[in-house]
Amino acid sequence: MKRATLDALTDGGARTWVRALDRSDGSEKLIDPFSDESPLGLAARAAARSDTSGEIKIDERNWFLEVHNPPLELVLVGAVHIAQPLAAMARLAGYAVRVVDPRAAFATEARFPGVTLHPDWPDAFFAKTPAGNRTALVVLAHDPKIDDPALEAGLTSPAFYIGALGSKKTHAARLERLAGRGFAQEALARIRGPVGLAIGARSPAEIALSILAQMTQTLRT
Amino acid sequence: MLVLLTAAADTSRVSEELQTAAAWLVAGHKVALGTVIQTWGSAPRPAGSQIAVRDDGAFLGSVSGGCVESAVIEAALQTIADGESRNLEFGVTDARAWDVGLACGGRIRIFVEAIGE
Repeated sequence: MKRATLDALTDGGARTWVRALDRSDGSEKLIDPFSDESPLGLAARAAARSDTSGEIKIDERNWFLEVHNPPLELVLVGAVHIAQPLAAMARLAGYAVRVVDPRAAFATEARFPGVTLHPDWPDAFFAKTPAGNRTALVVLAHDPKIDDPALEAGLTSPAFYIGALGSKKTHAARLERLAGRGFAQEALARIRGPVGLAIGARSPAEIALSILAQMTQTLRT
Repeated sequence: MLVLLTAAADTSRVSEELQTAAAWLVAGHKVALGTVIQTWGSAPRPAGSQIAVRDDGAFLGSVSGGCVESAVIEAALQTIADGESRNLEFGVTDARAWDVGLACGGRIRIFVEAIGE
């Protein structure tokens, strides 16, 4: 690895790089996978999205694509009961967790030990903390005043997962409101709702498990 | 095994190994890097997992569940000395792998390189 490559990888910015390495001669290229449209760049993008390093052959040349992604992040909007086990489980799975809720009585340190709390409205939060391609967003507040602005911010971001708590009926009404705000059907299809894998979850912890499982499935498959 | 749990949690992080390698270089050390290129069977660390090795043998990170690290560190120290990259392969059919104990039944290919100009 060249020193310049190491310096770029470790300069502190939370961004994705892919190092393409040709082991036959030790040469390497540092690729920005979300702006490079070359065949190698597109392969790097797929590798970065799936967070999977591996070998690929392009134009008769073997490259090892080494993915360097920033940490995963989970933004929970709505500091409700389900958010408590979900925050704890997601931390175990390696996520940096943020909980956003303008209602100060909900987003308390006692309810969310070790989690970064943001007592903000979601639009204000996302204006200063934009979601990236390593961000999962789950809205749980069950209040359109809080949930809808968060979903709008999510839909205009590259977040890899957007989930929204609510029944089929609630979700249909939500999609209708967002369509009225100008979002196309294919954009709205990014929202996973009712949220979580269908594992028959009942308790808050079980629902949290189904959501984390769906996040993992979206990220890894 | 706690080692494996810790390693799994690290895979979602920006590489602590590279951060540490950079710090070692700044402190005047020479550093080599081992990277898992490919795995077959039940290898515990996925491709892209890295180990940073310092010229005095100190290391951070892992390329297996702790089974072949000592051999990789040895190769890394040779790379630091001669500047040559190395391709290593470990598996149950490899007598050397038995020596260093890759008992999980998997096979792994590891690339060892210096961090240089």
